[in-house]
Amino acid sequence: MAQFESGLFYSESHEYVRVEGEFGFIGISDYAQHALGNVVYVDMPEVDDEVTAGEEFGAVESVKAASDLIAPVSGTVVEVNEALEDQPELLNKDAFANWIIKVQLSDPTELDALMDVEAYKKHCE
Amino acid sequence: MNRTLYGNLIFELSKKGRKGYSLPQDYDRSHTTAELPEVLRRREAARLPECDELTVVRHYTNLSHNNFGVNDGFYPLGSCTMKYNPVINEEIAAMKAFAGLHPLQPADTCQGALEVYFNLQQSLAELAGLSEFTLNPCAGAHGELTGLMVIRAYHEANNETRNKVLIPDSAHGTNPASAAVCGLEVVEVKSLSDGTVDVDHLRQLLEEMGDQVAAMMMTNPNTLGIFEPRVLEITDMVHKAGGLMYYDGANLNALLGECRPGDMGFDVMHINLHKTFSTPHGGGGPGSGPVGVRKGLEQFLPSPRVVLVAPHTVPEGASAPIFTVDYGNVSPSTDEGAASSSPCSVGSFFGNFGVILKAYAYILSLGRENVKMVGPLATLNANYIKERLRDDYLLPIGGLCKHEVVFDGLVDKSTGVTTMDVAKRLLDYGYHAPTIYFPLLFHESLMIEPTENESKETIDAFIDVMHKIAAEAKTDPELVKSAPHNTPIGRVDDVLAAKQPVTTYWKTLQTSDL
Repeated sequence: MAQFESGLFYSESHEYVRVEGEFGFIGISDYAQHALGNVVYVDMPEVDDEVTAGEEFGAVESVKAASDLIAPVSGTVVEVNEALEDQPELLNKDAFANWIIKVQLSDPTELDALMDVEAYKKHCE
Repeated sequence: MNRTLYGNLIFELSKKGRKGYSLPQDYDRSHTTAELPEVLRRREAARLPECDELTVVRHYTNLSHNNFGVNDGFYPLGSCTMKYNPVINEEIAAMKAFAGLHPLQPADTCQGALEVYFNLQQSLAELAGLSEFTLNPCAGAHGELTGLMVIRAYHEANNETRNKVLIPDSAHGTNPASAAVCGLEVVEVKSLSDGTVDVDHLRQLLEEMGDQVAAMMMTNPNTLGIFEPRVLEITDMVHKAGGLMYYDGANLNALLGECRPGDMGFDVMHINLHKTFSTPHGGGGPGSGPVGVRKGLEQFLPSPRVVLVAPHTVPEGASAPIFTVDYGNVSPSTDEGAASSSPCSVGSFFGNFGVILKAYAYILSLGRENVKMVGPLATLNANYIKERLRDDYLLPIGGLCKHEVVFDGLVDKSTGVTTMDVAKRLLDYGYHAPTIYFPLLFHESLMIEPTENESKETIDAFIDVMHKIAAEAKTDPELVKSAPHNTPIGRVDDVLAAKQPVTTYWKTLQTSDL
């Protein structure tokens, strides 16, 4: 069964944001990694790239399908999780511990449009 | 096949200096590589395997025994229409008069072949409810690209800049890929929970960007095997916004003889002859993806085209050619027109003639009356499977399906047995696996398309095996999870294969073996 973590902001397309100060750590939910199956490749942006809420910023490829990553918030990429380049399976091991990109949030009010864990749980039912 | 004896790669069978043939004594040896420019010369030998003829013959004969096709057994691959390829098609295509033709032969020496082209164009137009077809595209996705190029040329001719293509999220992956290759931008249209197009979302998109919409691509019945009940409303909405409707013919088999894309309001479509019209499918082709257009769009079809120069009423014995070839702006020996707008070429000559010939033989051998039976019988078979399996396999969308049915894995998910496991276990029972994990709308998609060819006995036997696997999943889940057990190769590591694909033999070979 999928795990859910409270304190995060979730999008309908199953990305999460963990907010720490002016930064947001963006990844995919445990529900998403579960649905995707074994992840074999993560396509990530580069540091300094801009991501825009609602738009694609990369993709996750599994043995079943390739799925676009949709940015839940806008901002500038300050770090990418390079460990995923060689070990994409980390997303299957712990999707919440293994964020994909870290962004400097350009508009924190965008978080208001996202779901809390209870709303997201319902969304996944 | 005995894997110990015959499971090697051809490279592993190679012995230095061993030969299967020798060149004749009078072979012209006057030319040497020294005549070639330096840049074209090999720096090292080609590293071809060296084997005697008997070894080569045994190797490939044994490999061929591992093949599985429609002629071996039930092949219910959803969305692919793995239809039986009638033997008469092959007999006709093997006739010397057809097989020996040369594509640059003068038109007056191959009137029969041109007549086949022309008549198939006409037959497809009648079956699709459209005005004219080109048979040149060599595959379904090639047809999609050609169709989108026709649409782009149409808008350019009207001095309109439209670069967006609306595509439902349930579409085949080739739709967005073809649009991207054509330089168009893909906009996704959402589906409702029953898998059909969300017309409200479509309306919203058309209000936002209607004047930029070049076309909407649709598959009907859609990839879930469901007929789009609001198709007339959808085509009307897109037309009112100035866009054209593209019909992806992948699922045409469900409708054949019952209703026609042209009557639903589609402007451009492709047909997969290798699906709907019984020509061989899979194994890399050859395929054929004819593209049809409604009246008013004919001038945007690619060249060359076969045209009728004189009516069929030419007196018997008359020698004047009836059919000729219109090359448009394209020279017969090049495809220089490919990059420009229509009329252009989408490949060499006229596509895959052998495939076209087989499709025409199929249509003629069924006749107008029996073509009408294809869609209804394919639909009946799929619905029979749906009703008989829904106790063990989760049916996410009730009601009638068309030619294929989609389940969302086993009803009982507590065993941990996935769709992948069920598919692998089917191999043990001698069946080709259905399509799995497509469409993406469900997590455990398992899509079965029986086609109209199969007897009730064959389908009943398949259903029994599916029930048996569902029972095994409960009583002995490990047996299913570790399947297949009876195939030459067991469960493969698909994660490793995706992450570290080994695409060449040579990397693993020791240099001392060379």
